[in-house]
Amino acid sequence: MNRAEHTIIAETQSLTAVVRARGLCKRYGETDVVRGVDLDVRPGECFGLLGPNGAGKTTTLRMILGQTPPSGGELHVLGHPVPEQARRARRRIGVVPQMDNLDPDFTVRENLLTYASYFGLNGAALGERVDQLLAFANLDGRTREQIQALSGGMKRRLSLARALINEPDLVVLDEPSTGLDPQARQHIWQRLNTLVEQGRTLILTTHYMEEAERLCDRLAIIDHGTIIACDSPRNLVAAHIEPHVIELRGHDIGDWQTRGGALAARAERVGDTLLLYTRDPEPLLQALGGDPDQRYWHRPAGLEDVFLKLTGRELRD
Amino acid sequence: MNDAPATSPLGMPAVSTRFIAVWRRNLRVWRKLMLPSIFGNFGEPLLYLLALGYGFGRLVGDIGELPYMVFLASGIICSSAMNTASFEALYSAYTRMTVQRTWGAMLDAPLTVDDVALGEISWAATKALISSSAILVVAALLGLVGGWQAILVLPVILLTGFCFGACAMVITAVSRSYDFFLYYFTLVMTPMLLLSGVFFPLDQLPPLVAQGAFLLPLAHAVEIVRPLMLGGWPSGVALHLIVLAGYALVAFWAATLILRRRLMS
Repeated sequence: MNRAEHTIIAETQSLTAVVRARGLCKRYGETDVVRGVDLDVRPGECFGLLGPNGAGKTTTLRMILGQTPPSGGELHVLGHPVPEQARRARRRIGVVPQMDNLDPDFTVRENLLTYASYFGLNGAALGERVDQLLAFANLDGRTREQIQALSGGMKRRLSLARALINEPDLVVLDEPSTGLDPQARQHIWQRLNTLVEQGRTLILTTHYMEEAERLCDRLAIIDHGTIIACDSPRNLVAAHIEPHVIELRGHDIGDWQTRGGALAARAERVGDTLLLYTRDPEPLLQALGGDPDQRYWHRPAGLEDVFLKLTGRELRD
Repeated sequence: MNDAPATSPLGMPAVSTRFIAVWRRNLRVWRKLMLPSIFGNFGEPLLYLLALGYGFGRLVGDIGELPYMVFLASGIICSSAMNTASFEALYSAYTRMTVQRTWGAMLDAPLTVDDVALGEISWAATKALISSSAILVVAALLGLVGGWQAILVLPVILLTGFCFGACAMVITAVSRSYDFFLYYFTLVMTPMLLLSGVFFPLDQLPPLVAQGAFLLPLAHAVEIVRPLMLGGWPSGVALHLIVLAGYALVAFWAATLILRRRLMS
């Protein structure tokens, strides 16, 4: 491929990519919060930013929304240079913030109408759109309630409905299911799947592996401000970790660390638990079968194992 | 709608018509509590006028050739504009910025910090206009208005409200808690209220203090409003308007600079 072809391909990508970032940096004083992030979010995919607290996820989202200027790098969102034309980009973006910021001075329905006015939307079609969104969020019976009367799950559903008021091409969600009970979380997940089916692009941050695994077509694992891996959840597991995990707990782990370590591809000790990673679990399971006192748990490797391998196990505060 | 560029030289505010959405949001909330709010707008100045005017006025007698009530009415129109706009741009705006995170939601939509600040300050000016209009009506009913020129007080009040809304927005922008506002009240607003010719004529003060009063905006508002209320014409209007507008513009510019640093860093 010659240089001209490269340029053409690069230009096409910048036109088609919903978010295209190159060398994105953010520095606060002496601290580099985001350092050199490259992103290509494709149209119609659900893209996850997965990382521990303080990894730079929310800062990256804020830069995408034009709410904080990058200290360096290039950023295009929906074809617009950001932050220069962030307002234009935001006209086609819906945002579900990490902490609910529904307007407590208005009812459920008024919240949607007021938010629509921030986009310059009004008229007869808007009322219909609001009704559709209230139905989408299962809130059609609560249109006249005050925000304070809603449960956490209802508030999050209303936030999602509000984010859709402008028929956005891109929906940005910062930890969409944090603090929700399982029922509410399932409901949000279903709705997010519906949005992807409608052809919208989603970017979400999360530190729930299950959420990332279930929802995201592709994931970027981000830590200390850099992307350390980016692929589909399945490929990430295949590329970074052995498919079987055997977890041992109990009195006699010290012994198994040497015995199991010899049979497994990799052994890791975390507190009083021993994790044995292997491609072929049979020899290990046979050996464990001969030790009836030893408690163990055999499970497939998952995203959490990848995540902990790549980002380490020490606590993040 | 007009989309102004995101940045401009000297950090000047980039103004767009989208600020109207912020103003209308506040209007919608106000309409929900319109009746008690208007009741307060009429009731409070009426009490002030009657209590101070009758009670105090008897002791004071006339000021120049004016009955004290007439003198006081035009002063209270101005001080009420200052108080109303300041309260709105301090407590209410700060609540929307921090506790309610209303601004955060606006900034997720295609609104900018400059739109939000302009919308809030315009709303503060509107509330000043509402409260001062109520006093004007009360004053007219009590026979304290001297001529049709009094109607021209309203645009002056709108400018005065914008001026004090913008000044208060600077305080809101730097404030980390509600308590901080007390410094502004104690060090700025109360002295200004007492030394701007609202309750007594400035010539009662030492000349240096009286001249100093004209460094602040309230005295200029009073200088325009009082003659208009009496059915006459104020003198030196251009200078008074320039001071009010100057404070308004500089404070608006400063508020957007500080708010952008606070909210967009």
